Amino acid sequence: MSVLLPGSRREALELLARSNGAAMPIAGGTDLLVHWPQRQEEHDRAYLDLSGIAELRPVEWTPDALVLGGLTTYWDVIRDARVGRELPLLAVAARQVGSIQIQTRGTWAGNIVNGSPAADGVPVLMAYDAVVVLESVAGREEVPLERFYEGYKQMRRRPDQLVVAIRIPRRPYTFQRFVKIGSRRAQAIAKVGLAVTHSAAGGGGWRVVAASVAPTIRRCPSIERLLEEQAAVHSPEELLPAIARDVTPIDDIRSTAEYRKLAMARVLFYDVFRGREQGAGSTDHGRRMTDNG
Amino acid sequence: MKRGPPSTGAAVQRREGLAKLTGRERYVDDLPLEDFLWGMTVRSPPPSPRGSITAIRFGRDVDWSQFVVVDHRDLPGPNVVYLIEQDQPVLAAGVVRHVHEPVLLLAHPDRDALRRAVHAVEVVVEPEAPVLDFRLPSRSDEIQYGPDNVLKHLRIEKGDVARALAQAPVVVEGEYETGAQEHVYLETQGMIAALEGEVLVIRGSMQCPYYVLNALKHALARDETRLRVIQTPTGGGFGGKEEFPSHLALHAALLALKAGRAVKMIYDRGEDMAATTKRHPARVRHRTGLTRDGRLLAQDIEVLLDGGAYVTLSPVVLSRGLIHAAGPYFCENVRIDGRAVFTNAVPFGAFRGFGAPQTLFACERHMDVIARTLGMDPALLRRVNLIRDGQSTATGQVINDGSDRVAVLERALDVSGWREKRRAHAAFNAARAPVRRGLGLATFYHGGGFTGGGEVYLKSRLQVAGLPDGRIEVRSANIEMGQGTLTVFTQIAADRLGLAPDAVVIAEADTARVPNSGPTVASRTTMVVGRLVERACDDLRRRLGLSESARGDSVRAALRDWHRAHPDQSLVGEVVYEKPPGINWDDATYRGDAYGAFAWAAYVAEVEVDLRTCAVRVTDFVAVQDIGKVINEILARGQVQGGVVQGIGWALMEECKWQDGAMVNNQLTNYIIPTSDDVPPIRVAFLETPYPHGAQGAKGLGELPIDGPAPAILNAIAEATGADPRTIPLTPERLMTIAEFGMRNAE
Ligand SMILES: Cc1cc2nc3c(=O)[nH]c(=O)nc-3n(C[C@H](O)[C@H](O)[C@H](O)COP(=O)(O)OP(=O)(O)OC[C@H]3O[C@@H](n4cnc5c(N)ncnc54)[C@H](O)[C@@H]3O)c2cc1C
Repeated sequence: MSVLLPGSRREALELLARSNGAAMPIAGGTDLLVHWPQRQEEHDRAYLDLSGIAELRPVEWTPDALVLGGLTTYWDVIRDARVGRELPLLAVAARQVGSIQIQTRGTWAGNIVNGSPAADGVPVLMAYDAVVVLESVAGREEVPLERFYEGYKQMRRRPDQLVVAIRIPRRPYTFQRFVKIGSRRAQAIAKVGLAVTHSAAGGGGWRVVAASVAPTIRRCPSIERLLEEQAAVHSPEELLPAIARDVTPIDDIRSTAEYRKLAMARVLFYDVFRGREQGAGSTDHGRRMTDNG
Repeated sequence: MKRGPPSTGAAVQRREGLAKLTGRERYVDDLPLEDFLWGMTVRSPPPSPRGSITAIRFGRDVDWSQFVVVDHRDLPGPNVVYLIEQDQPVLAAGVVRHVHEPVLLLAHPDRDALRRAVHAVEVVVEPEAPVLDFRLPSRSDEIQYGPDNVLKHLRIEKGDVARALAQAPVVVEGEYETGAQEHVYLETQGMIAALEGEVLVIRGSMQCPYYVLNALKHALARDETRLRVIQTPTGGGFGGKEEFPSHLALHAALLALKAGRAVKMIYDRGEDMAATTKRHPARVRHRTGLTRDGRLLAQDIEVLLDGGAYVTLSPVVLSRGLIHAAGPYFCENVRIDGRAVFTNAVPFGAFRGFGAPQTLFACERHMDVIARTLGMDPALLRRVNLIRDGQSTATGQVINDGSDRVAVLERALDVSGWREKRRAHAAFNAARAPVRRGLGLATFYHGGGFTGGGEVYLKSRLQVAGLPDGRIEVRSANIEMGQGTLTVFTQIAADRLGLAPDAVVIAEADTARVPNSGPTVASRTTMVVGRLVERACDDLRRRLGLSESARGDSVRAALRDWHRAHPDQSLVGEVVYEKPPGINWDDATYRGDAYGAFAWAAYVAEVEVDLRTCAVRVTDFVAVQDIGKVINEILARGQVQGGVVQGIGWALMEECKWQDGAMVNNQLTNYIIPTSDDVPPIRVAFLETPYPHGAQGAKGLGELPIDGPAPAILNAIAEATGADPRTIPLTPERLMTIAEFGMRNAE
């Protein structure tokens, strides 16, 4: 194993280019190191340790966007009071990632590039129309997060590119909700994740993003259309056809396809379709599945 | 019935508490060790639980000359792990009966090299038809044990069940299932074997040093004088370190003998969860005859346990399960029929409660099914039937311990606010919100010590030595694993002789130094072995020529005088277990006094069920029990709270996912145990009706708290939702399938 220790963004990009993409960026390491003892083959790799690159860390507010750095952690976001006021789902989701230890190490960029369909950071970013800013020695490229994933753990990032920033447009929202259905109240991997926003501002509208119900985290266009059209929905079951068009949940070690569909329908029905009238001005932006009432 | 004052006048601190709190305690993996090899196990691979080993292929990329390799031919003695039946090999010899069966042992100085080598061995198994569902009868080509794959069949009979059922005005039937459970001790299994001169020394994490010693003696054909087993500070056991450490000790010993060097084996969590024992899965059927006002007339109970691929402790787990199956009630006519059956699953074994949690889950869930059928308050149904002094249990044991079981129940109802809360919940649920609330109850009991004649058979011995400096040393084989043995033994000995706690030394559980006071299991340590501590203190006092009332200064002075008069000699008080008078058990007919004493309890759980996700949250918990005597209140509360948490996990989330008879979610990411955020306030209350033959009047406590939570929680879910759940773990996925309930009318 070799570890490369760049001191700046520039140096990191050069090292990455020189390794021909063989070097693996490592930020908090909370995804990469989980299987360390078992996956012996991963020991022989070169790692590019980003943790020393101070310029990638800060959270920046511009007039029209919140810009997270390539090393911004969940904890950085939780501590920023303005996030709680303007883009509260970021803080709500961040608090539900693992434990405090993980929140202080794990990064938003790591969450995106790890590409897990069960991630908690990605759905809220996507529901806020976040844009992934990639950079290599050849230059910068911006990819909207909703178009970033191409398949299970497949994404539009070349091995020589780093995520150097995540840009989230600032808009007024009339509805914001994040629901993580995990298998317990903390330290859980989502069995279903839902991030839903509505903004009346230009370019806005409804965003319904689902996690753990498809090979990638993705938007749900059929559900969004029902919301845009203000369709009358009388029961959770009436949402099942739209859910079947939008996502493809499976049976796996954590849950069942059937459960995922039904739970998604019920949460959408009670918390979104029923809740949209009360949505404006509500301060209750999210809950864990077990936060009842 | 009232709480006595703390035994020693002042609260005694947990003896090893500071070392654990500051991280200085040394578990087996922390012990300094030089010039040693790591040991690892090559196991039979999925997907063939059953078959013959046709080839073992060593990969070409590994320089095998650098490895110590052990197989079954290296055993000096018989290839069996000594236990109830001698059917389980130390290392598979030609055939395998379950996935992950140990086949080879490897040792090497470098742990990573060893891991790669383990992966480089291919064990080829020619498959045969396995049995994987314990609920289905075996086909003839699946028979692998006796004529019918039944490992043990037991029956308890009292009165005439058939007639009573035929005449009963009401008969209620039910079938209940419970899943396997993983112990999740914090410290995984670990063992070091080293030759010190002629003596093979084993150090490791274990509950029963003498079980390990016996297993070594047998399979290594080595006499006791050349064997020594030392328990190292043990990070949790819950039964998982009752019989399993014998396997690991044998494995480490075989490698160390062959290598001529010390060998250390520490399982990682994945191997520990995949290859070691779990709680037996069970199915229990009830047919109950009652009067219309809820009096029990007949209980017909059928118990089926999944034993897994070897006998291990299944017969005694079955036995305890059956004895507890009828609940803490009086009924004239009882028939309890039980079988533990063979399957090609990784063997099941001891786990806190030892069969009783399974059968009590069924019994207590069934009581609520009965209450619903009769339209009766579940608390009233229990009050009517709770056993009274002078009445007898299913085995014919007459209960006469002075404990007021109705008072235990009433206390739990009071503390939980049962009546008011049930009214409030009914009103809350009538609003038909997507969240529902409910309260559930379980009344239950747990017998302390070995079942039936077990304690007599064990013949436990214990010593208390008087030291020249006026201190005393308790020598027992009973170990500390977080439950408080060191502290409680200190208190018992200090109280008995009027000494300060720091004048009591507890000897390390080292078979070269301590007599066999039996295993640290079956809720027996405080009650049974603690009593031996008292009697050995008395014996020491006798040897000093002191009167029975001599305490404190007079004891200290006598100790110093004795040693002055007998330089270089040792002074040891010693006792052997004696059966309390009036306790009789007949193993042939399964009748008599199954346990010296039962502890009694009533637990109440409050839940909120989210109908959107079918997630259940336990919002309040009340645990009331009569345990004879609370010797250390903090430790006792800890036992209860820990048991409740373990019960919440077993009831709601801890699910072993099986494939080919092996657990496939063998990581803590996917085997879900409760976090502190999943645990409600747990309000604990004790009643004390002393048991004359237990230390200071104590009964067994360790296992009791795992018996009640699961049925109380499921009863609360039934109450909250109107559903009728009968299987645990009741995961949201499972509840969703039975919970068409209410969603349509949730408004
Ligand atoms: C106990 C535990 C609990 C967890 N709980 C949750 C949870 O509840 N919800 C959840 O979503 N996740 C959870 N995780 C997963 C993990 O913490 C998150 O996905 C986290 O955001 C990963 O960030 P990291 O910085 O640690 O990533 P790393 O492990 O450092 O990297 C992850 C991947 O991203 C790449 N990468 C990192 N930074 C960059 C960059 N700037 N540019 C390009 N590539 C990059 C790495 O090469 C790697 O492929 C948990 C993990 C653990 C160990």
